[in-house]
Amino acid sequence: MKPSTRRRLFQGVLYAVFAVLILVVIFLADWARIRVYFFNLDVAAQTLPEIVVIAAKNTIIYTVIAFVGGLILGLILALMKLSPVLPYRWLATGYVELFRGLPALLVIFGFAYAVPIAFEWRPPGGSVGAGLIGLIVVSSAYIAETIRAGIEAVPKGQVEAARSLGMKSSWTMVSVVLPQAFRIITPPLTNELVILIKDTSLLFIVGLALGERELTTFARDTLTSQANATPLVVASLLYLVITLPMTQLVAKLERHNKRGR
Amino acid sequence: MTSLSKGSSAVSTTEPAIEVRALCKSFGSNEVLKGIDFHVDQGEVVCVIGPSGSGKSTLLRCVNRLEEPTTGTVMVEGVDITDPETDLDKMRTRIGMVFQQFNLFPHLSVLGNLTLAQQRAKKRGKAEAIEVARRNLAKVGLAEKADAFPSQLSGGQQQRVAIARALSMDPDMMLFDEPTSALDPELVGDVLEVMKQLAREGMTMMVVTHEMGFAREVGDRVVFMDGGVVVEQGKPEDVLGNPQHERTRSFLSKVL
Repeated sequence: MKPSTRRRLFQGVLYAVFAVLILVVIFLADWARIRVYFFNLDVAAQTLPEIVVIAAKNTIIYTVIAFVGGLILGLILALMKLSPVLPYRWLATGYVELFRGLPALLVIFGFAYAVPIAFEWRPPGGSVGAGLIGLIVVSSAYIAETIRAGIEAVPKGQVEAARSLGMKSSWTMVSVVLPQAFRIITPPLTNELVILIKDTSLLFIVGLALGERELTTFARDTLTSQANATPLVVASLLYLVITLPMTQLVAKLERHNKRGR
Repeated sequence: MTSLSKGSSAVSTTEPAIEVRALCKSFGSNEVLKGIDFHVDQGEVVCVIGPSGSGKSTLLRCVNRLEEPTTGTVMVEGVDITDPETDLDKMRTRIGMVFQQFNLFPHLSVLGNLTLAQQRAKKRGKAEAIEVARRNLAKVGLAEKADAFPSQLSGGQQQRVAIARALSMDPDMMLFDEPTSALDPELVGDVLEVMKQLAREGMTMMVVTHEMGFAREVGDRVVFMDGGVVVEQGKPEDVLGNPQHERTRSFLSKVL
């Protein structure tokens, strides 16, 4: 057999397998039940408008709080990691290694239950607030590493140029290094943000009141009460509605930033 | 102490702009500068030439302490740059520097590049900083590029912006670290022209360069370095036209 014939034959087999799989799914799947239990318009209508005005809104609010908190704490940690003062570097390194190594769920649990019990501490914002602190602590560990890598990726000549003009190292960091570092890390930072959007679902562990529920908790509750999976599908669509424009926006920002690079 | 020395330097014009004594610099076990004595007088244009690895860029970078000298002293207008008590940032505003790779700030417009350090290091107001920036842009022939970003400029234009950026600090002297080495040949001329104009205006200049034509035409003195030492120096026509040392002759025979 000639190599070209063999290649065509192999491709033909791949297409054939694909067609068979599709046919199997079409003929064996119970479409009626799938429609009733996953794509039930009546159930979907019942989740509205709460799933948008409460659950999706809460998901966004929790994400923004955790991300902004994570950015601030992450920036401080990144600067500590690059500090000439050795104990600061140790502290930041220990923090990052610890919280990157633990499950986010465990950390959230710790802040929501263990810390309040141990120190008789009432977290701001109640148990959701405690859970959010847990999310901030975990995300800041990842964000710190991202920011540090971004700072180190700014060419050394940039710092030299700024310092040769008489700018203090603090101003050099703020006006020259960080703006460029954040451009460099826009893609990985978006990644952190998208991960964080999904990680807000872990907040269910703190026990959310009715008005505090985010998308996943809301969908799960409705799933149980209606004995129907449609709320999960609606929630999934809403997650995509939140994340897809964001990744698109960042891709656009990146193209725009190329001008300034 | 710094303010005292500054006051005295403003009065005295006889002391050298740059005076380097017994300067040694090692990177690990690699000894790059082996006891350099070197000076640049006020208003003088000194061109430093030599093969790559001869230490000429390191010498220049020791003048504003971008490199930390291992031993020896570097005096700028009578102020010891290596003294820990010296306000280094303040001294650096008086020493303009131009890099081989331009090192413009890519996230800022041309105007932003020229005003940033004026505002941050010289504490100038925005209006004044912009005025100074525009004047220096006009000087390097790029007045119309104020709102462009560095990535939109050619290499030669970027280097002229970098010169304007350094000039905007109103420095007493300018250090040039191979300013034309990263440029396409057809773009070298514009940059050299700006540097010649600066020299004509009496700017004190230390120029590390491979442009022998520039050294001959503009330099008041040429210093030839090799292997971390100053091999010979003197008037350009002497050093370039009638070199006394074998090492100088062999270097010049390769580049001329």
